[in-house]
Amino acid sequence: MSFNDNLLIVIAASAIFYGTPLVFAALGEILAERSGVINLGVEGMMLLGAVSAAWVATNVDGPAGVVLPLALLAAMIAAGMGAAIHAFLTITLRVNQIISGLALTIFAGAAGLSSYLANIWNLGQAPIVNQFNRLDVLGLADMPLLGPILFHQTLLTYLSWSLVIGASFYLFRTRAGLHLRSVGESPQTADSVGISVAGYRYFHVILGGTFAGIAGACFSLSIVPTWADGLTSGQGWIALALVIFGFWRPDLMLVGAYLFGALSSLGFTLQARGVGISLAVLSALPYAMTIIVLVLVSTSSARRHLGAPAALGKPYEREER
Amino acid sequence: MSAITRFGIRLEPRPDRPRWLVWAVPVCSFFAALLVGAVVLLVTAQNPLSTYLRILERGFLDQGALSGTLVAATPLLFTGLCAAVAFKIGFFNIGGEGQFYMGAIFASGIALSYGDDLPAWLAILSMIVAGAIGGGIWAAVPGILRAYFKTNEIITSLMLNYIAGIIATYLIFESESFWRELDGTGAVFPKGKVIPLITWWPNLDLGSLVIPFGFLLGIAGAVWLAVLQRRTRFGYEMRVVGGAPTTARYAGMRPSRIIVIVAAISGAFAGLGGAADVGNFRHVLDPKGLQQSGFGYAGIVVAALARLNPLATIFVAVILGGITNAGYALRGPDFPSGLVGTLQGLILFCTLGGEVLVRYRIVRTASTSVAVKAAGS
Repeated sequence: MSFNDNLLIVIAASAIFYGTPLVFAALGEILAERSGVINLGVEGMMLLGAVSAAWVATNVDGPAGVVLPLALLAAMIAAGMGAAIHAFLTITLRVNQIISGLALTIFAGAAGLSSYLANIWNLGQAPIVNQFNRLDVLGLADMPLLGPILFHQTLLTYLSWSLVIGASFYLFRTRAGLHLRSVGESPQTADSVGISVAGYRYFHVILGGTFAGIAGACFSLSIVPTWADGLTSGQGWIALALVIFGFWRPDLMLVGAYLFGALSSLGFTLQARGVGISLAVLSALPYAMTIIVLVLVSTSSARRHLGAPAALGKPYEREER
Repeated sequence: MSAITRFGIRLEPRPDRPRWLVWAVPVCSFFAALLVGAVVLLVTAQNPLSTYLRILERGFLDQGALSGTLVAATPLLFTGLCAAVAFKIGFFNIGGEGQFYMGAIFASGIALSYGDDLPAWLAILSMIVAGAIGGGIWAAVPGILRAYFKTNEIITSLMLNYIAGIIATYLIFESESFWRELDGTGAVFPKGKVIPLITWWPNLDLGSLVIPFGFLLGIAGAVWLAVLQRRTRFGYEMRVVGGAPTTARYAGMRPSRIIVIVAAISGAFAGLGGAADVGNFRHVLDPKGLQQSGFGYAGIVVAALARLNPLATIFVAVILGGITNAGYALRGPDFPSGLVGTLQGLILFCTLGGEVLVRYRIVRTASTSVAVKAAGS
């Protein structure tokens, strides 16, 4: 047994593997919420992305280097379209964001469109051939300690890291990011200096949706990787909790995502080692932890430092002059 | 020049809401949803007209179809009331699903421990109480967390759905619990113990129409809720807390307490649905069947379509129950599962979008008026 089979290293490596879809989904939601729009449709959008990616990966012939990017693109488009419905309803028609987001998850979710599409496309019969495999980056995968954790992940993980860095830079170091935050904090002020509130909101809700699509593709093309209805098993909702947990900041969210990735993977890891902990307890752990963590960050002392955008959840109506 | 010119339309709040509009818009939204659904069906190479006709036949018109529809409507009525009462005060309980499971677990537990020497009415009454308690406790958790820790109830109630599902699965599949059948085939293929015959809920048989007792119970619950909301002091307090929490506090009400009570009532409704599921229909704790049905989530659709009105919930539950029932009857290669959920989602989207016509007047902004404005400024 080599050093890298150490339980902690295995858990850390699989935390990143299982946390990757959470990073995509929560990052997308951070962008949408920073513009002032809550989107509870994350789970639904993820499933739309997952089913579209699975369709492309099953039905398009070609080398993996062509098929997989196409599959990701399809996932992004499908989930982005779901987000666009939410954007239209909440931004233009000023429908309650909570209800509209729930509607999106019900429409697209495990018993909705994603299941319908998977059925008529005959997915789920066989494992998907084109998958995102773990890479051996720079030949360092076998390096002690850091090898399995940092250099033996799928391309999706590296993509998620670059997006987190990109989004952090965008949010806090660019003019557009400043505008975005001002739209989420005080749309009136933003509007008065000529920033298009509706434009920023539409763009970031849909962009957030495309990220959720990639998150879904993580499941159908990497983690599961075959089709089963509702294969995201509530991770979209955990992503929503991670946004709060990460105080609406990409970097803190990343930490939380890997924490939950570790919890999600603990079941498989410990079972593979023959550790006798009840499966029920292990599978309930991520959900129970989400509740506990939410309670902790919502206590008054933590709340004071929270970065919740002030206009979150409120439709913007321009005052008539 | 302002952004108004680019869109050419503007939403203007309506000073009044004409009565006909309040009714006409949801009806038109429903048909708009069917139109959009037809496009989805066409794109995926299905015939929309024949699909809809078959839903209509199998859901409502065929011999005995309406009885089956009431069976499907019963859980939707309870979960619809669950969402309606909570959403009304701005407590977004989307944990109806888990509260439904807990109701089923509690009610089946009581029914299984029931001896033959006690009267049937007592068995049914105790199952009702147990179901309501099971669901109520499960919903009180996010209620307390929201009221006293300001924790987002949407996520906590949802997480509890998964935990309740895991508990139900554990009881049947991963343990030798009281709920599990250990004799006969149950020893090999895990399944729940069937509750004693005496605890089965009755049906009201009207010849061509069979009304489940659970459905009648649901109607009674809806009427009770309507009276509670409109005719009592507590109902008034609920409205104030829902509309203006700060005002409620100034007026000497205790919003936290009201939130917890409403959360528990909401969960009790879902729990009653779970009790009805065991007592009236499945007669067994069936974790897989419960989780596949997704009654809790569908209840949100029901409540939203009923505009959170308890009495309208009855009507909407029957309509959506019909679609669900037809979905069960027709399930097959050319009527895939998932179609029902898709249609429900579309109906919800269109109703939400249509609502804007009730609240706002759509005004076309003529370009001339903008030009005048610009010239005048």
